[in-house]
Amino acid sequence: MSSLALRINGVTVDVEPGTTVAVAAVLAGQPCRVSVGGTPRGPLCGMGICFECRMTINGKAHCRSCQILCEPGMDVRTDG
Amino acid sequence: MARVLRHKFDVLVVGAGPAGMAAAACAGECGVRVGLVDDNFRPGGQIWRSESAGTPVPQAASWLQRLRSSRVEPLCGVRVFDAPDKGLLLVETADGLCELRYDQLILATGARERFLPFPGWTLPNVMGAGGLQALVKSGLSIRGKRVVVAGTGPLLLAVAAYLRKHGAEIAMVCEQASLGSLARFGLALAGQPGKIIQALQLKKDLAGVPVATSSWPVAAQGKNVLETVTISRRGKSETLACDYLACGFHLLPNTELASLLGCQIEGDFVRVDDFQRTTVPEVFCAGEPTSIGGVELALAEGQIAGLVSGDRVAEARDLFGQRNKLRNFAAAMTDAFALRPELRDLPSAETTVCRCEDVSYSRLQLHATWRAAKLQTRCGMGPCQGRVCGPATQFLFDWTPDSVRPPIFPARMESLAALASFLEPEQEAITGGHR
Repeated sequence: MSSLALRINGVTVDVEPGTTVAVAAVLAGQPCRVSVGGTPRGPLCGMGICFECRMTINGKAHCRSCQILCEPGMDVRTDG
Repeated sequence: MARVLRHKFDVLVVGAGPAGMAAAACAGECGVRVGLVDDNFRPGGQIWRSESAGTPVPQAASWLQRLRSSRVEPLCGVRVFDAPDKGLLLVETADGLCELRYDQLILATGARERFLPFPGWTLPNVMGAGGLQALVKSGLSIRGKRVVVAGTGPLLLAVAAYLRKHGAEIAMVCEQASLGSLARFGLALAGQPGKIIQALQLKKDLAGVPVATSSWPVAAQGKNVLETVTISRRGKSETLACDYLACGFHLLPNTELASLLGCQIEGDFVRVDDFQRTTVPEVFCAGEPTSIGGVELALAEGQIAGLVSGDRVAEARDLFGQRNKLRNFAAAMTDAFALRPELRDLPSAETTVCRCEDVSYSRLQLHATWRAAKLQTRCGMGPCQGRVCGPATQFLFDWTPDSVRPPIFPARMESLAALASFLEPEQEAITGGHR
């Protein structure tokens, strides 16, 4: 199956179709967010409950990335 | 203002896991108009979450077929956030708002993992057991990765077997329950041939994997990401190198929507009668919110709720025996995997308990109640609304959570603004601010 490309913090990442944005971040070795105390966080529950994987996707803040599939050309930010 | 869609159903089902799919299919087969909403992008819930590129598991496929042939209308990728009036739910879609009206409502909102804080549990790659499995099903390659699976509950062995099948090396499975407790649970399986077959299959799948009882994680270490896990194994400390720690302490029912609707909650669970009716007349509940009993119980309860809502009560009665037997299994499971008191000592003073607001254990110790802690520290005030730290503090400090208030999930400002237009002026006055 052909892969698709999205950008995470400006870096292009290739993933298989059907991959969620949270997984793309883990594969790219990026934390999903930085906590209010400044510590990096990754996905916890994997099912949209814990909000640890929230990111800015295509300019929309606080998206639960474990519930969202990667799309070609998506712009993902984990630093804001 | 947000784009608003409107739907009206005879029966509306919230949650498209096994209970919700069975409920919707059975109601649909009775000839009524049925809607099925879920916040995931496809039906199946957690247990039947299909792999990103894969086909649904066979049992799920047959229910999906029944949903299609009974013309159930699925609404996926949407989230219920308020119930401002009788017979009305508001849901957010990816780009707008949707008003769902119903005559009868079936809640099949499932369960989530219970998480307990310990030093290092906020490091990336420390995840839920079901959490890691969900990520692997969503495209995460686990091949060649070393995983420690820890916590409590039957999910641990199922997840370990699943991860191993997908190429992970399972360094250890740490179950906090004692061997004696598990042995008693084994005896309770005697009347459940299906469960025994599953258990034997798991034993085969996990051949050669160390499975330790009376064992639990005490700390996770790493620089910015998980590197090692220290476990307490029958009183002795041991440190294991690993790429992932998959850690969950059994399951908790999602009862927020039931609470918001005014359904009576008993203990942790939604109270239902033999017909799966809650204490609110037009509202049913099926599956994990009524008891943590697994997929067969969820299917039985879902079918009963669906049939009763479609007025086929006699057919529903035929399923009572099967359901009641499975409920005995659920009760045995709750006993076997009860949390041991030593787990209350896991957090250190600095350990973060509320992950949304970074509130440490020592800051919480200063307060007597959940409410006082919320007001003084913002514990439970972040986007998860206390879904993670609420149950943790209930266990650590015996705190009782507050009543549920809308919105039951964080909602966009435009959705909340549009909410005002749903309410008559006098209702708005009643609803505003206190409920």
